[in-house]
Amino acid sequence: MSIVITNSQTGSNGRRTALGPGVPAPDFTLRCTPDQSVSLNEFRGRTVILAFYPADWSPVCGDQMALYNEVLNEFQEFDAELLGISVDGAWCHSAFAKQNKLHFPLLADFEPKGAVARAYGVYDQENGMSERALFVIDPDGIIHWSYLSPIGINPGANGILSALEDLKTKSETTAVAK
Amino acid sequence: MTARIQLTLPDPERDHFQGSADAPIKLLEYGDYECPFCGDAHAMVQEIQRRLGHDLLFAFRNFPLTNVHPHAEHAAEAAEAAGEQGNFWGMHDLLFENQSALEDEGLAAYAAELGLDATRLIRQVAWKIYAPRIHEDFKSGVRGGVNGTPTFFINGERYDGVPDVKDLLSALTAQIS
Repeated sequence: MSIVITNSQTGSNGRRTALGPGVPAPDFTLRCTPDQSVSLNEFRGRTVILAFYPADWSPVCGDQMALYNEVLNEFQEFDAELLGISVDGAWCHSAFAKQNKLHFPLLADFEPKGAVARAYGVYDQENGMSERALFVIDPDGIIHWSYLSPIGINPGANGILSALEDLKTKSETTAVAK
Repeated sequence: MTARIQLTLPDPERDHFQGSADAPIKLLEYGDYECPFCGDAHAMVQEIQRRLGHDLLFAFRNFPLTNVHPHAEHAAEAAEAAGEQGNFWGMHDLLFENQSALEDEGLAAYAAELGLDATRLIRQVAWKIYAPRIHEDFKSGVRGGVNGTPTFFINGERYDGVPDVKDLLSALTAQIS
């Protein structure tokens, strides 16, 4: 599997250094099913929500992904695509998605392990998992908003929706200015 | 649509609530009738209501996670339909006490048990009469910071503590001490 990292983040252990607004979102190509891959740059022209989470089967993550699954319609109203991402492998993701009837892709940041999480500055070296972190990436591939949640706390969807609203307002204002 | 709803505070004009509208402690739950954690929380809330009496207003809004809980939406609609016939809370209790039997036949049986018009109730469920209201509950929860079920708000603030009687009770009584 190839992973193209165009903007790597260096930090002593990668924690608490999540990429912030205005930074180009590092590109990547990851498995979304055991036999399919997806690249971030395929979504250019659309808004992308990247939801990093620690692990497929831990209870909080289950709740968080189950919640996003229910809020997909709201995300789609903003023409935003949601991608979940963790260090779990594609087979694990497929079982987890099936169990929870998830209707959005889960990407496997599996080999080299956590490389994409590291690129976004949200890899938890100590626990060998990604942090619980959210990124809203604008249609030009620039990070519009990011949020690093305390590990045990499900961040909910409100922050994402506020960021999407803000992005929409911004793009409308820009359109008017043109 | 959600702009007119207070996201994290009960609205006695709109919400189903128990207790006095001007009680000093307002507890709002966002819950799902098929969620086992909400089932556990139901007994806890009842105990807390017994302990706090008139000091507590308890309100409930629907937050059905319909992909993982296939019966949650109809159950929520049944509670709303029972509310239209004057007994939201009777149905609310029966749904939580029978979480493993929430098919439509069960909903009809609970309506009959409560002395409600079961045919009318099931028809309203089939016609999704209360789906918009439930969606309004759901949306207000998402925007208010609900991050799973159950989520509780105490006088407008999300409670992130352990959902047990002791911890929730001390968070609630802190509001009046």
